[in-house]
Amino acid sequence: MYAQMIKSTGEGVKSLDDMEPEERAFQERINAGGKIEPKDWMPEGYRKNLIRQIGQHAHSEIVGQLPEGNWITRAPTLERKAILLAKVQDEAGHGLYLYCAAETLGVTRDQMTRDLLSGKMKYSSIFNYPTLTWADMGAVGWLVDGAAIMNQVPLQRTSYGPYARAMVRICKEESFHQRQGFDIMMKMAKGTEAQRKMAQDALNRFWYPSLMMFGPSDAESVHSAQSMAWKIKMNSNDELRQKFVDQTAPQAEYLGLTVPDENLKFNEETGHYEFSEPDWDEFFDVLKGNGPCNTERLEARNRAWDEGRWVREGLLAHAEKKRKTAIAAE
Amino acid sequence: MSDALFEYLCRMGDNTLVLGHRISEWCGVAPVLEEDIALANTALDLIGQTQLWLGLAGEVEGKGRDADQLAFHRDVWDFRNLLLVEQPNGDFGRTMMRQFLFDGWHLAQLKGLMTSSNDQIAAIAEKSVKEVTYHLERATDTVIGLGDGTEESHKRMQDALDRLYPFVGEMFIADAVDQAMVSDGIAPDPSTLRPDYDAMLDAVLAEATLQKPTDDFAHKGGKSGARHTEHLGHMLTQMQWLQRAYPDATW
Ligand SMILES: [Fe+2]
Ligand SMILES: [Fe+2]
Ligand SMILES: [Fe+2]
Repeated sequence: MYAQMIKSTGEGVKSLDDMEPEERAFQERINAGGKIEPKDWMPEGYRKNLIRQIGQHAHSEIVGQLPEGNWITRAPTLERKAILLAKVQDEAGHGLYLYCAAETLGVTRDQMTRDLLSGKMKYSSIFNYPTLTWADMGAVGWLVDGAAIMNQVPLQRTSYGPYARAMVRICKEESFHQRQGFDIMMKMAKGTEAQRKMAQDALNRFWYPSLMMFGPSDAESVHSAQSMAWKIKMNSNDELRQKFVDQTAPQAEYLGLTVPDENLKFNEETGHYEFSEPDWDEFFDVLKGNGPCNTERLEARNRAWDEGRWVREGLLAHAEKKRKTAIAAE
Repeated sequence: MSDALFEYLCRMGDNTLVLGHRISEWCGVAPVLEEDIALANTALDLIGQTQLWLGLAGEVEGKGRDADQLAFHRDVWDFRNLLLVEQPNGDFGRTMMRQFLFDGWHLAQLKGLMTSSNDQIAAIAEKSVKEVTYHLERATDTVIGLGDGTEESHKRMQDALDRLYPFVGEMFIADAVDQAMVSDGIAPDPSTLRPDYDAMLDAVLAEATLQKPTDDFAHKGGKSGARHTEHLGHMLTQMQWLQRAYPDATW
């Protein structure tokens, strides 16, 4: 999931009876499955919550280019290079749709970018892990895009119109990414001894960070309760994590790889897998900035922004000159 | 004859391979999100064209080498790309200036190839022309926008032009391979493309308020493979590393 630990109002969910007529109509529309559009009235808490969530999601797409970009110049075949380039291009496109969706809520892309660069806004913890071998391109597609899809498919039905529509476009591409990642894993897992070793190592390193993507259990969270009442969040973190494990564990078996969890086993009675929780201390360390790649990721984004300033200013200045000439000619 | 054709196809494929690779180095760190997308798109087009050109080169050679073998298992002296495209990215301005200088030649070359006596070449050219027309449009807009932008952007673009202009000449120098292509009706004589290119260049540079260097000196040795710059070897160590380190693997 690309949005983690998103704060809502921090207050309990109000009952319909406690709401003013405007808010009540708003909530009833959501309850009935209707969409909220940018010009509609909305509670300030809803707007802010959405900006945080969509913004974090957008930033994740942008920072998410880096761990995969790390292998574009070393992709082993022309075909793989093209597929990876196309994937990373898709992710940049997802960032763009999402920034546009957030902008409909009255925040600018520049402001959100500044908040990312200063560390005020976050991106998904997963992108603070390094990609060390080619098999990681498989593991990222299979597990990371796979986990993202778990969350994004239900978000196609989210209450905010522009967000829901962005998700529809994004989901189509994400499922491609996941299949392509799985395809890389297949080639590696069925390849030479060295390739098999790379594949297993990638699964070992990405398994728990992928489980962390869903965030810690939020059964008790007031923030999640409010987000769910507003249909900004469609499922609990534990629900999605379970779904992910149920889908992924048999795939790992099919690949002939071992999930790095001794406790992983299928429970016939529940019809679900049992599994170990990730190390949540590590998760909070990563969120605080102490993940293996936090420093590099933010440095890379800051450098790109700083070194690109003259380009943005130059293009703007030129557009302004052209505008003035056009006016003068009228 | 088939030797010259193989050489010629390697030239086309190595240009797109090397430039596509260079542009892909920008992934995730462009000045603005729209440029990230556009650069990835250009790289993607060029890598796709590489698959076609080098695939055909392997067929013509008839030794069982495919596009990947040509891309990942040749050393520097077997590469036939222009020196221009192997130049490092530098800043965004230099990357876009290199793109513009190359695209102008590339598009003219591809248009000539659309009427090639070789149907496969004509088909690749026809597909590529659409993509490269867009590359040139975008590069032209950027060169003009940044040349005639702020003082700083103007200076950076002039520096980029001064730095890269000595690599322009090689694109238009015809050699024995080119002559063989011309006599078989396969490809145009590159020297005939120069006047139109110069006219295009002058028009764009005027709008960009940039000065074309007066010295027409041209570095050579890329398309013949005789003397590449030091930069290409470093690119290959990265690009070819996995294939070389695990030669028995399929990916
Ligand atoms: Fe994405
Ligand atoms: Fe993604
Ligand atoms: Fe994706």
